[in-house]
Amino acid sequence: MAITLSENAAKRVQKFLDQRGKGIGLRLGVRTSGCSGMAYTLEFVDEAQPEDLAFESHGVTVLTDPKSLAFIDGTELDFVREGLNEGFKFNNPNVKNTCGCGESFNI
Amino acid sequence: MALLQIAEPGLSAAPHEHRLAIGIDLGTTNSLVATVRSGETAVIEDEAGRALLPSVVRYMHGDSPEVGYEAQLRQSDDPHNTIVSVKRFMGRGLKDVPGAAATPYRFVDAPGMVRLETRAGVKSPVEVSSEILKVLRSRAEAALGGELTGAVITVPAYFDDAQRQATKDAARLAGLNVLRLLNEPTAAAIAYGLDNASEGTFCIYDLGGGTFDVSILRLRQGIFEVVATNGDSALGGDDFDERIARWATEQGKVAELQVTDARLLLSLARKAKETLTDNDSARITAALASGQELDLTLSAETFFELTADLIAKTLAPTRRALRDAGLGVEDIDGVVLVGGSTRMRHVRSAVGEFFEREPLTNLDPDKVVALGAAMQANLLAGNRKADDWLLLDVIPLSLGLETMGGLAEKVIPRNATIPVARAQDFTTFKDGQTAMSIHVVQGERELVSDCRSLARFELRGIPPMVAGAARIRVSFQVDADGLLSVSAMEQTSGVQATIEVKPSYGLSDDEIAGMLQDSYTNAQRDIESRNLREQRVDGLRLIEATQAALDQDGARLLSDVERISIERAMETLRVLLNQSDYGAIKRASESLNRATAKFAARRMDASIQSALSGKRLDALEA
Repeated sequence: MAITLSENAAKRVQKFLDQRGKGIGLRLGVRTSGCSGMAYTLEFVDEAQPEDLAFESHGVTVLTDPKSLAFIDGTELDFVREGLNEGFKFNNPNVKNTCGCGESFNI
Repeated sequence: MALLQIAEPGLSAAPHEHRLAIGIDLGTTNSLVATVRSGETAVIEDEAGRALLPSVVRYMHGDSPEVGYEAQLRQSDDPHNTIVSVKRFMGRGLKDVPGAAATPYRFVDAPGMVRLETRAGVKSPVEVSSEILKVLRSRAEAALGGELTGAVITVPAYFDDAQRQATKDAARLAGLNVLRLLNEPTAAAIAYGLDNASEGTFCIYDLGGGTFDVSILRLRQGIFEVVATNGDSALGGDDFDERIARWATEQGKVAELQVTDARLLLSLARKAKETLTDNDSARITAALASGQELDLTLSAETFFELTADLIAKTLAPTRRALRDAGLGVEDIDGVVLVGGSTRMRHVRSAVGEFFEREPLTNLDPDKVVALGAAMQANLLAGNRKADDWLLLDVIPLSLGLETMGGLAEKVIPRNATIPVARAQDFTTFKDGQTAMSIHVVQGERELVSDCRSLARFELRGIPPMVAGAARIRVSFQVDADGLLSVSAMEQTSGVQATIEVKPSYGLSDDEIAGMLQDSYTNAQRDIESRNLREQRVDGLRLIEATQAALDQDGARLLSDVERISIERAMETLRVLLNQSDYGAIKRASESLNRATAKFAARRMDASIQSALSGKRLDALEA
């Protein structure tokens, strides 16, 4: 059971956290909405919740709730650049299919 | 795979609803676009890594115009069609434009705003500006990977209504949703986080390429007020370049200066000026058209002497602004430097001496206005928590619209801070529906009849489609003045309609409190009536669809027994729709669904068969 960050993603998250000036880590999650079932959420964390599960990856704390973990266990979060656009990408081994744009997915 | 950005806790956007917002500094000489990604505010660069876009538009035959660096290069050999500094003409008649005679343009005097004749036709300053904005918009969309929610665009604090309206129109023409126009000095103050203090008086000293503006801002209870502005619309970095070029001509004893020489010297002068920011001397070497070679060294000291009077020319308006505000330098809590020309060391030290304090310089002075605008845009688009808000003016009651069955769908919730903009997608209820009536309501209750009606308007010209296929985006926008405008647009055809209303009009605090109280006491009943109405709408839709299918294929695909059983289930549902047992309606809907399952499967088979047997597609759909 684990969620990891690529080295590149960890560096960016650390930089964003430093710039933000507060926050204890990064929250990955899943919620049910979107055109193909489920969608990822990616947020800064100011306060951990009692039920949270924590992982450490390249020095960054990653939190998720147990319900989300079932859907994203084994995920590696990467930071990539595509042309002018840049951002985070979920490499989730549990995914069976995604909607055309990849913003939501099915298991 | 779409790329994600990190959101503030609890503010992740739903898929396809990213609130992408940008800030645009639409400058006289250069323009920039910035955004906030994963909490980081940054200027968006073009493919070549350049942050600035020269505010220059060159009109061509037929094709779309060149904007930016390419256009700037052609400025001197195609002067009539290459528009620079169009910002000076925004919202202005010919007689209001100072120095119009000195420009190369062929002006056409039109009522309201001057027009420019180009080879692509007569253009208004609004159109020219929109070309610049279009380039910034597509740059931002490429960088953010999606459609923009809205933009904050900055304007000089002294812009009047006509100039502001012209700027808004240019943005609309460029396909941008303007969340708000923001005063440039206020944007600079926001970029420096001065809004985090509770009170204070600040001076924004903005020396750009060709203009100088000074503003005194007062922050009180989180709201910035422009107390005084002053400036010189014909003073900027270009004047410093000219001084250096003139010095080089004199030092080199150049007898006759060709036009190309003058341009070359100006660009070398500019480079020397930039070198002197970090060095004590700069070398200027040039081969002139006459064959003469120039090789000069300009010391920082000489440069400062050459341009001391230009700096004095900025301090005079600064003094006037302070006097207008009734303040002395000791009343100023902070000084912000804006504009590329404030990188010059002697400008910084002169300002520091004048105010007897170190000016704020740690942000790039070219970018600071765009950065502040981006932060404001991020806030207005709803990417920050409400408690991060400054300009605390809230919507007293939710705003929404009527959906099928007399239900109120809330689009902007109560207590949302204004200005605010929200959009929601709706669709058609019936096959071939070509118009939609939009009823704007205010209140917390679930049924429209319990809410207050604000306005009604119609969206017409929706292309005929099957029910549920049309995508109608209804946008609610409440501006800083509390003015609500609602617009509806069918996305595939682009037809749209708009209405403006003043929502708080005529409601006293007591009435608002009463409406709120009602919504609490009736919460349970409201939810029940919502369930009932939703079930009725679903049932009605089911009957419509079944009837349409029966009319089309019933005789062909159903036996009499099957047909009668479907009709019976429909009739049962129809009767229950007029009663108020939503459980019964639900069950009847489900049994009608079951009764038609075989029929639906047969219809599917039949249409596949007819497609395979080589029938034309349009015949099949008809």
